[in-house]
Amino acid sequence: MTTEVDQASQDNKDVRRLDRVIIRFAGDSGDGMQLTGDRFTSETASLGNDLSTLPNFPAEIRAPAGTLPGVSSFQVHFADHDILTPGDAPDVLVAMNPAALKANVPDVPRGAEIIVNTDEFTSRALTKVGYAGNPLEDGSLDGYRVHRVPLTTLTVEALKGFDLTRKEAGRSKNMFALGLLSWMYHRPTEGTETFLRRKFAKRPEIAEANITAFRAGWNFGETTEDFAVSYEVLPAATAFPAGTYRNISGNLALAYGLIAASRCADLPLYLGSYPITPASDVLHELSRHKNFGVRTFQAEDEIAGIGAALGAAFGGALGVTTTSGPGVALKSETIGLAVSLELPLLIIDIQRGGPSTGLPTKTEQADLLQAMYGRNGEAPVPIVAPSTPAECFTAALDAARIALTYRTPVFLLSDGYLANGSEPWRIPDADELPDLRVQFATGANHTLDDGTEVFWPYKRDSATLARPWAVPGTPGLEHRIGGIEKQDGTGNISYDPANHDHMVRTRQAKTDGIAVPDVVVDDPSGAPGEGAKVLVLGWGSTYGPITAAVRRIRRAGGHIAQTHVRSLNPFPANLGDVLRAYDRVVLPEMNLGQLATLLRAKYLVDVRSITQVTGLPFKAEQLASAFKEALDDVH
Amino acid sequence: MSTEAPVSPRTALALVPTADKRQTAKDFKSDQEVRWCPGCGDYAVLAAVQGFMPELGLAKENIVFVSGIGCSSRFPYYMNTYGMHSIHGRAPAIATGLATARRDLSVWVVTGDGDALSIGGNHLIHALRRNVNLKILLFNNRIYGLTKGQYSPTSEPGKITKSTPMGSLDTPFNPLSLALGAEASFVARTIDSDRKHLTGVLREAADHRGSALVEIYQNCNIFNDGAFEALKDKQQAQEAVIRLEHGEPIRFGAPAEDGLGGKGVVRDPATGDLKVIDVAAEGTEGVLVHDAHAPSPTTAFALSRLADPHTLHRTPIGVLRNVPRPAYDDLMADQLEQAVEQRGKGDLAALLAGGDTWTVVG
Repeated sequence: MTTEVDQASQDNKDVRRLDRVIIRFAGDSGDGMQLTGDRFTSETASLGNDLSTLPNFPAEIRAPAGTLPGVSSFQVHFADHDILTPGDAPDVLVAMNPAALKANVPDVPRGAEIIVNTDEFTSRALTKVGYAGNPLEDGSLDGYRVHRVPLTTLTVEALKGFDLTRKEAGRSKNMFALGLLSWMYHRPTEGTETFLRRKFAKRPEIAEANITAFRAGWNFGETTEDFAVSYEVLPAATAFPAGTYRNISGNLALAYGLIAASRCADLPLYLGSYPITPASDVLHELSRHKNFGVRTFQAEDEIAGIGAALGAAFGGALGVTTTSGPGVALKSETIGLAVSLELPLLIIDIQRGGPSTGLPTKTEQADLLQAMYGRNGEAPVPIVAPSTPAECFTAALDAARIALTYRTPVFLLSDGYLANGSEPWRIPDADELPDLRVQFATGANHTLDDGTEVFWPYKRDSATLARPWAVPGTPGLEHRIGGIEKQDGTGNISYDPANHDHMVRTRQAKTDGIAVPDVVVDDPSGAPGEGAKVLVLGWGSTYGPITAAVRRIRRAGGHIAQTHVRSLNPFPANLGDVLRAYDRVVLPEMNLGQLATLLRAKYLVDVRSITQVTGLPFKAEQLASAFKEALDDVH
Repeated sequence: MSTEAPVSPRTALALVPTADKRQTAKDFKSDQEVRWCPGCGDYAVLAAVQGFMPELGLAKENIVFVSGIGCSSRFPYYMNTYGMHSIHGRAPAIATGLATARRDLSVWVVTGDGDALSIGGNHLIHALRRNVNLKILLFNNRIYGLTKGQYSPTSEPGKITKSTPMGSLDTPFNPLSLALGAEASFVARTIDSDRKHLTGVLREAADHRGSALVEIYQNCNIFNDGAFEALKDKQQAQEAVIRLEHGEPIRFGAPAEDGLGGKGVVRDPATGDLKVIDVAAEGTEGVLVHDAHAPSPTTAFALSRLADPHTLHRTPIGVLRNVPRPAYDDLMADQLEQAVEQRGKGDLAALLAGGDTWTVVG
């Protein structure tokens, strides 16, 4: 809410135009804040704003009501231009109870608007979260523009025509709040009404109650004098290339990418998975699309999930397993088997805070070294890392391409922030999608000295080093594969020292030889070595805050180069040269410097880490000051 | 690849293509040298399986053997079919993926007492409860062979081994009781040295659509030699082995006047449990007639408990349970067909477009 571009008058109320707004909805985990945020986001997307979201919720399904650990929030940033992050600090905080206020107010800058549900500010509720007095009365919120709204009472009043208890009616207060915010920001409402009718199709009276509360919230904004101003944020028409857009979260984009990959490869998709936060939504989504020939198998454990996917891959399917860090730990042995069997397999790791159970609902990038090295023996696995929610779609296609072309397991490293965050996505045309079709082996591929034609399951393609994929049901190609070291070519068990050395080096060479695009450096001040002296490099979901911070530096006149690595194994071929072209390389990561460790080891470049492991994404402001320090350092 | 028939017949092998010519045991022998210890019971099972496979008349490229880790798990290397020697305990999970992805395959799991019941116990029970179309051959030698002689989850209590010099403390699993408790639709036991019986059980297992668990008592002549001697020695076997045949009275032991076994299994009215009676003294009335197709697994479970874990006396062999239940693979395939019927074949462009979209004009 930085720029007031315009001031218009509509009836008796001012309408101001803003270029961007950050709203945070916060309440109890039972208050429906995620749903409220989702709906506001959908309304915003259909208006054509650029947007970015950050859901933030506790691991407990219903933590004790009214407590700080039970607070759930959803932040949405929307703008008339392209934006990169959910925003550092909210312009508007909606606090449904004292806990939500207390947990979130430290993030809210003075001058921002705070809408509180006064009904929940009872002395008992205040005491529960450690407020000595009532912050609505003791002056501690001076400097904020506080709107005191009895949301529960107003909602109950609006629903008195319905056959609902006070408690039941009060549950619709989130829709009242959504209505109010929708009025404040001129959001379209049809989508939410349609959504509510569909969601409560079996209980039309509940649907109508929610719609009534939603409309009452809208009307409240329009009539009450407390809200004197409403705001519009115009569509971000110029920020996007031409096309048809929708809002999409990382997990949804990933699920669609997997279905698209299956179509592009003309192979049935087989997901073997065990529920785990924050990956379960991919299982849920794929389970809804059986009419695409998608088989989803909810296994008895993480190991069976990947086992079934690998078994299906042996049978000629596009095998996928989805999980998070703890699940990867359990799957490690099977990943090693897949490396040895040289079968295509996708391992999707939606990273969360670790170690152990860690922070199930929070984000982190600390599984990189696990993906890179977390297996017994020399077991190289390619790693692909999307950088935005929408990019999860193309990352899935890319991971499938690598797996199918090189007959190898592939890691796709997403994280909780990408998974649950959302942004506009230009819907690709089906004919833009890559051709991923593969050729199964159909006959003999080797001639013995005596002239006999035979099939050798480990005879490799000379360009890719991939072995043939001979699926059961193919006559004459009966063969046995396994986790014991095999003789290259024949695939027979071999304990021969020289063969093992050869096989270990061959599997490594196969991974090293995977074709991945070069990294692209963005530096308006010149090519590597000629422009900026400082390079900021990132991977995964830090792309948004890094890019936002880089823009701030440049707006202030600083020269800084930026690049983002999407293939973490193998690294892009030009990466070493790029790193060496700068006086200083800084690398923000949501871990203690894992990619920096890999880069230092491989390229002997003094990469400087900027690390954070709070379970939350970096803030652009924080990165901008770290980059500024780096710039000051080299000058 | 997958050439699924349009209909979903429920007979065991109806979706698996048949061989276009007569097969012999030799067709199922791979070119790999068999490397079990000389005298191992595994040789007998391998020969029986290779000898039995031609009977099925299936295209051998549509047969897959999947194994875990252990001596028995080398089995796939010796079968000239498709095969995977996987990792310890995981064969049922891997085979589940293969069987559910490809209903045109006949998928066999070869496992041992350590592989299936210790490290892989979880996968075994879940494959059985789901009723995935797998034939699971559990080679039970009551010892860890490949790691050189530690006690296994089926070893008798107090077993002295390298890892239990003062005797093992664990109560063993009874694999049949476990399988029945895990909702298995087909449960059988046989013995490595009784080729005829082994083949008969395999035949029945192969005909069963769904999971079939076949426990095969298998002698490890290096680390647990003679473990099943009571069942193999002609003299002792008469008293020790209860041969179950569907529809036949459950009799064993030295013959009575009617030529059937002198002992019979009856239900004890006082406890509801099973007990063994002397037919000559107590008559044949009340002797149970074996019903492998009984919907309730109760009697099968009671039969599985008859054997003494130490002496193995009164060990039932044969098919304890064989009941029809929809196979997981078929149910999964049905849902896919149903989804297409209800919503049409998936339209990728429509999926990607979703509901709420907006257009940016360039």
